[in-house]
Amino acid sequence: MAISEQFSLEGKSGGSPEVLDRVKPARMPRLPLVLNNRSFSWITDKVCGIVEEKTPLWWWIAFCCSASLAGFTAIGLTYLVSTGVGVWGLSNPTNWGWAIVNFVFWIGIGHAGTLISAILCLLKQKWRTTINRAAEAMTIFAVACAGIFPVFHIGRVWFAWWLFPIPNANAIWPNFRSPLLWDVFAVSTYATVSVLFWYVGMIPDLATVRDRAKTLFRKAAYGLMAMGWRGSNRNWSNYEMAYLLLAGLSTPLVLSVHTIVSFDFAVSLIPGWHTTIFPPYFVAGAIFSGFGMVLTLIIPLRAIYGLHDLITQYHIDCMCKITLATGTIVGYAYSMEFFIAAYGANPFEIFAFINRAFGPYAWAYFIMFSCNVLVPQLFWFKYIRERPHVVWIVSILVNVGMWFERFVIVVTSLARDFLPSSWGYYSPTLVDIFTFFGTFGFFATLFLLFVRFLPLIAVAEVKAVTPQADPHYYQGKQHG
Amino acid sequence: MSTIFPKQANKVPAQVVIALLLMGGALTAGITYYFTPKYSRVGYQPTQPVPFEHSLHAGELGIDCRFCHNHVDKSGHSNVPSTNTCMNCHNQIQLASDKLELVRASFATGEPIPWVQVHKLPDYVYFNHSVHVNRGISCYECHGQVNEMDVVHHVKPFSMAFCLDCHRNPEEKLRPPEEVFNLDWRPESEEAQLEFGREAKEAWRVNPPVGCAGCHR
Repeated sequence: MAISEQFSLEGKSGGSPEVLDRVKPARMPRLPLVLNNRSFSWITDKVCGIVEEKTPLWWWIAFCCSASLAGFTAIGLTYLVSTGVGVWGLSNPTNWGWAIVNFVFWIGIGHAGTLISAILCLLKQKWRTTINRAAEAMTIFAVACAGIFPVFHIGRVWFAWWLFPIPNANAIWPNFRSPLLWDVFAVSTYATVSVLFWYVGMIPDLATVRDRAKTLFRKAAYGLMAMGWRGSNRNWSNYEMAYLLLAGLSTPLVLSVHTIVSFDFAVSLIPGWHTTIFPPYFVAGAIFSGFGMVLTLIIPLRAIYGLHDLITQYHIDCMCKITLATGTIVGYAYSMEFFIAAYGANPFEIFAFINRAFGPYAWAYFIMFSCNVLVPQLFWFKYIRERPHVVWIVSILVNVGMWFERFVIVVTSLARDFLPSSWGYYSPTLVDIFTFFGTFGFFATLFLLFVRFLPLIAVAEVKAVTPQADPHYYQGKQHG
Repeated sequence: MSTIFPKQANKVPAQVVIALLLMGGALTAGITYYFTPKYSRVGYQPTQPVPFEHSLHAGELGIDCRFCHNHVDKSGHSNVPSTNTCMNCHNQIQLASDKLELVRASFATGEPIPWVQVHKLPDYVYFNHSVHVNRGISCYECHGQVNEMDVVHHVKPFSMAFCLDCHRNPEEKLRPPEEVFNLDWRPESEEAQLEFGREAKEAWRVNPPVGCAGCHR
């Protein structure tokens, strides 16, 4: 039965047809979130089957490739720790380079996961259920990648605990007035809450995998992770409450984490950084890049595992629209920065922005602007949104653009600061390059392990949004 | 489920939490005891090549610290006296003492006495003796009651916290300049100390550095 027939307003009992005839309401059918009338057991079999099947060959190949790529990060970091931070391409005045660019890049990616799991949960956006598990996993792995850079930039990593205000024999504390310390709290809170949210949401599904397990080892391993979940009423009511509370806790984090990351720049006095637009601009950019990454991951997963009935075109469409909206906000912010620089009439600020767009890093600004502002405009067209491979390519360009955004912000302002005699051109070293590109391998390795060993779709939640779970559902017909 | 996990498994989460708390406590206590200067430095008392008694010379005989450590108020470095300083007196006193054999040998050959250093700051710390003793900080504050020690030992921890406590509140330690080398001097009361300390801090413009570069130059 075609969707339009199933949900058409014609033939509906109740209401007043005369009124409807007069106003001619637009048809706004609510699209089903699970297609082809899939049953509950089909959903369980489909998702748990991914965890239970024999490890496919493509997985081994992908795992070996990504783990090898992750090895480059290990090489870069080992060389850094054994030699010193001088092996990075940092210089004076470009004291911040790729490390903070990569940190902000990865932290930003995480934000889509939290937005999907927390804000969309509170706003009762039911389409989130099929993608939230994978998006939350992405968040956690992205935060893990991000964490590498601040921890290792201190050089002597065994002193990383000095980042936290712990009483010590030196009677010194981190500088509480510095946004870099706020960052420590923001990011560690974010990581903790994200892990808790992800794990708590997964408990019922882990119990399902446990109950289907054949071998003793699997029963014990998933049994341990399911923490004795029995699916009783009491279990469910505690679970729902915990989930709601965690959603409430995570919601401010979506905004606060990247706000504080933006303070790392905005609180300083460097032209091009010292602007009040930074917090909202960074948060929009983070959500933008995060949705880019979710699309990059979800589209191949859907193809590989044939999840088209669960991750429907409607889901892809929603994500494309959020990407378009946030990308446009970012474009507005880029333009507004120029306007404020001109309007503020501060010669240093004006110089910083002219230099940013037309100076030695104009090439980076061009990549940033075209990938972040121009390319996502393709999502205005339904034709584009319905072509997964095009969406996939755009989603990758989004993240290329967002990496360059951080590069442009960090480097252009520093490389040409107040003192022209110290101006220079920043270039990364091989160690920088190894460390950064290796994190993609690290991220992919973690994600592949997640796909292989944990249920990648929230089975229990998806069942609740199938058409037949609706109390008004009756024999294949849905009534409003 | 019960076929996989025995019934005691229900208690495991509580046990894990208790075990983690105990381990965390033990770790904190262990690090505090074994890895902080308060415990690892205080009490260090090496045997010196010559059994020199500060209690006899500085205590009983009342020789001023500066008689032997004669650069302490003039230079950043406080010197250990050369054998010549010892021989100023010992060419006339205790000529036959066995204890002084090494001192006489050193004087004859010019080979210095291998004194063992007790108080040592790390290489990355800059410390200036003269600026402290000339602004009312007594030897006593860092080295303790040396005039009562037979063999010198380490009294204060010399941790960064030890330095910073005084740099942050110098009025608690400042004393009249004429009493700096009098290790037996004590303020009349805590209030008297603070009153004098605040005045002295103001008058002498005592403004100890508390930023990194003050000591880590």
